[in-house]
Amino acid sequence: MAVLARASDAAIAERLDACGPLPAFERVRGPEQGLVMARGRTGGGGAPFNLGEVTVTRCTVRAANGLIGHAYVTGRNGRHAELAACVDALMQDTACTETVERIVITPLEAAEHARRAATAAKAEATKVHFFAMQNMRT
Amino acid sequence: MTAPLTAGFADPVLDSQRCFRSVLDGMARPGRIHTVSGVIPPAPLCSAAAAVLLTLADHETPLWAHADFAPARGWIAFHCGVPDAADPARAVFALSMGLPDLAGFNPGTHEAPETSATVIVQLPSLTGGAPLRLRGPGLRDSVLLAPIGLPADFVIVWRRNRGLFPAGIDLILCAGEELAALPRTVAIEEA
Repeated sequence: MAVLARASDAAIAERLDACGPLPAFERVRGPEQGLVMARGRTGGGGAPFNLGEVTVTRCTVRAANGLIGHAYVTGRNGRHAELAACVDALMQDTACTETVERIVITPLEAAEHARRAATAAKAEATKVHFFAMQNMRT
Repeated sequence: MTAPLTAGFADPVLDSQRCFRSVLDGMARPGRIHTVSGVIPPAPLCSAAAAVLLTLADHETPLWAHADFAPARGWIAFHCGVPDAADPARAVFALSMGLPDLAGFNPGTHEAPETSATVIVQLPSLTGGAPLRLRGPGLRDSVLLAPIGLPADFVIVWRRNRGLFPAGIDLILCAGEELAALPRTVAIEEA
């Protein structure tokens, strides 16, 4: 679910298309937007406090075989929530769990890792090595 | 066994406003029958009762439901997010097949009559039964309502409820896609 929530709607749609013919999905609820209070805790052990409200979109769909998929994603993209819910419903069908895992989840997870690694690498390049300044002074 | 989850209102904003208007007008003009369509709830819940719940009930209004509605509980909980009121006295809304024992529900107090329970009564039909004559606020003259499925001593039960004014229980009668309201102010006699 975390992988689907972080991926873009276009990426999920592209991977779902690669799965071949899909069952028909019916919207049971949503997609609808709402606010969720994000709570924080200083240092992991402090008193909880309200960090702020986050816009969340949720959707519930029912596949033709009766399986229900739910999804909550941050932001206001209804299509994103709906696609994530469809994947959730597909994943519950034991016949295609593995296929969906292989074709949808794994590539999206890899893309997410690559994106994070790229950001980390860019940040790494700008890292200041303070010992160098110390050495220049001495 | 719970029924499969089906969709609620197709357009949650406009459909619930439309249903709210029907309930409001029904309360203002007791006995007038309104048609509310667009919801296909799981049996045994009728679509008018389902629409009323979708419109009015939420996480702040505990719902007491008759045991017959057990197959629809999951649907109601999913779409309305209502907490379950095991004790009828704590319920803000009640859902009943036929008339329940009104004495079990909260009639409100003289200081806060608006805190009383509203009972949604599901009946086989709102027409074709023994006619009841309604009088009271909102009615210039008397009107007739002939629901099927109310008990024979309903007039006596209702007189007791009306005697609690300004406290008292309000009823919303639902059958199929039709609803009519009986607010606590209406006087009912056999026609």
